[in-house]
Amino acid sequence: MLKILKYSFFDLMRSRWAYIYTAFFLLLTVSLLWLSGDIAKVVASLMNVILVLAPLIATMFGVMYYYNSREFTELLLSQPIRRRHIFFGQYLGLALSLSLSLLLGVGLPFVVYGVWGSAEVWDFMMLLVVGVFLSFIFSALSFFIALRNENRIKGFGLAILVWLFFAVIYDGLFLLALSLFSDYPLENFAIGASLFNPIDLSRVLILLKLDISALMGYTGAVIQKFLGTALGMAVSMAALSVWVLLPAWGIQHVAKHKDF
Amino acid sequence: MITIDNLHKSFGRQPVLSGVTLSFDRPGIYAILGPNGSGKTTLIKSILGMAIPDKGQILFQGKDIRGQWHYRRQIDYLPQIARFPDNLRVSELLAMIEDIREEKPQAMGRLIELFGLQPYLDKRLGNLSGGTRQKVNLVQAFMYDSPVIILDEPTNGLDPVALIRLKGLLHEEKEKGKLLLATTHIMNFVEEMADEVVFLLEGHIHFKGSLDSLKRQYNETSLERAIARILQGEPGFSANGHIKQAVRLAVRR
Repeated sequence: MLKILKYSFFDLMRSRWAYIYTAFFLLLTVSLLWLSGDIAKVVASLMNVILVLAPLIATMFGVMYYYNSREFTELLLSQPIRRRHIFFGQYLGLALSLSLSLLLGVGLPFVVYGVWGSAEVWDFMMLLVVGVFLSFIFSALSFFIALRNENRIKGFGLAILVWLFFAVIYDGLFLLALSLFSDYPLENFAIGASLFNPIDLSRVLILLKLDISALMGYTGAVIQKFLGTALGMAVSMAALSVWVLLPAWGIQHVAKHKDF
Repeated sequence: MITIDNLHKSFGRQPVLSGVTLSFDRPGIYAILGPNGSGKTTLIKSILGMAIPDKGQILFQGKDIRGQWHYRRQIDYLPQIARFPDNLRVSELLAMIEDIREEKPQAMGRLIELFGLQPYLDKRLGNLSGGTRQKVNLVQAFMYDSPVIILDEPTNGLDPVALIRLKGLLHEEKEKGKLLLATTHIMNFVEEMADEVVFLLEGHIHFKGSLDSLKRQYNETSLERAIARILQGEPGFSANGHIKQAVRLAVRR
């Protein structure tokens, strides 16, 4: 598996899109730090970008990478190696290269700015952790969708739809439910519902860390009130890990029975 | 070496292989022929474990291949479409395969020279032309000394010089006592190279035997015409064919 991972990673890190993705984050972070200078504020602004962009890019890369390497995957399948190792190798190579782009693009400017000595170093770390989690989750989801669909257009559409659902539609439905049933106690429902959306979870995690109650929204506030900051973060982290493992399990399950 | 027993495979509702029984036990070059969609590639992919049969089994050197992967160490494969990761260099791709197989390729240097690939070793695969990629594909497929070589449309996109080299290479491998399976649509290539022909039609084996016996059975001098006869659904002229025809006539009466 490590062998496949190594070469997928090299292949992807050298692609034009990896450079563009890294450069975008570099530029954004540098300009935000330069304009604002308040690390906590920069982390909050970057959060909003990363929460939308990291899943979107991971989704698109995941689908594109799978379909583009379809023929090469066939060659790999003819080699003396387990199927599982091929697909996990490719998936991890993809997720790691996306994560590295994000870590470099966002991390470098902060380090140069001198984040290590400041009080907000853990806020910054949390931002990176969430970004990496989102890259892993959405590239696994899109890889899984691409594996399930031979038809490229359908696979691409479905993957984008999943991203759209978690990034936009879910929140809309959630708010709708909250306002419709506002006469009932909704705390448990709210906690439960946010566990089912990795993007919401990530937002809650960062806001808990930043401790900005004004931005926390309903779920953030509820989680802080009922679980406390520490337990709330632990639960959110655990849920995010499940979000990585579930599609990864799906990848290996589909790959096992698939005809190529 | 390879025994296929009553192999069935369908994709959705579309049956692709329906009851293929076949064995390759002597070394030599076997051409797998048939019109598009007749199941040639699916047959090859089943042997390699890429397509999972619905029914029937495949034995490789006497062992069932279902769920196995070690046996693939003994097979070299040339895929039909030569597409590799765009941002890897040629030398890195070959190193990757060496890494996966955990075995030093015996013939890599010689093959790189044979197909004139030295100037391309440091080039990225995405920047190579289709023909050059096919040459890389050939190097990848022939660089090990495995007893079985499976080739899916080996002549795709090759220039005449490379084609002659490929034919020489196939001869050499055959002399070493290897089993070579090749699908192709190019009849000249078959007539020149193949020891035996397997003709697939709609998921059934229509004919298996030497080129001469195929021509004799259909009373034709060229392979192309004999195959045209099969496709037009005409019965052969072998003893077997006569009996079938006699039975058919008898039934009609």
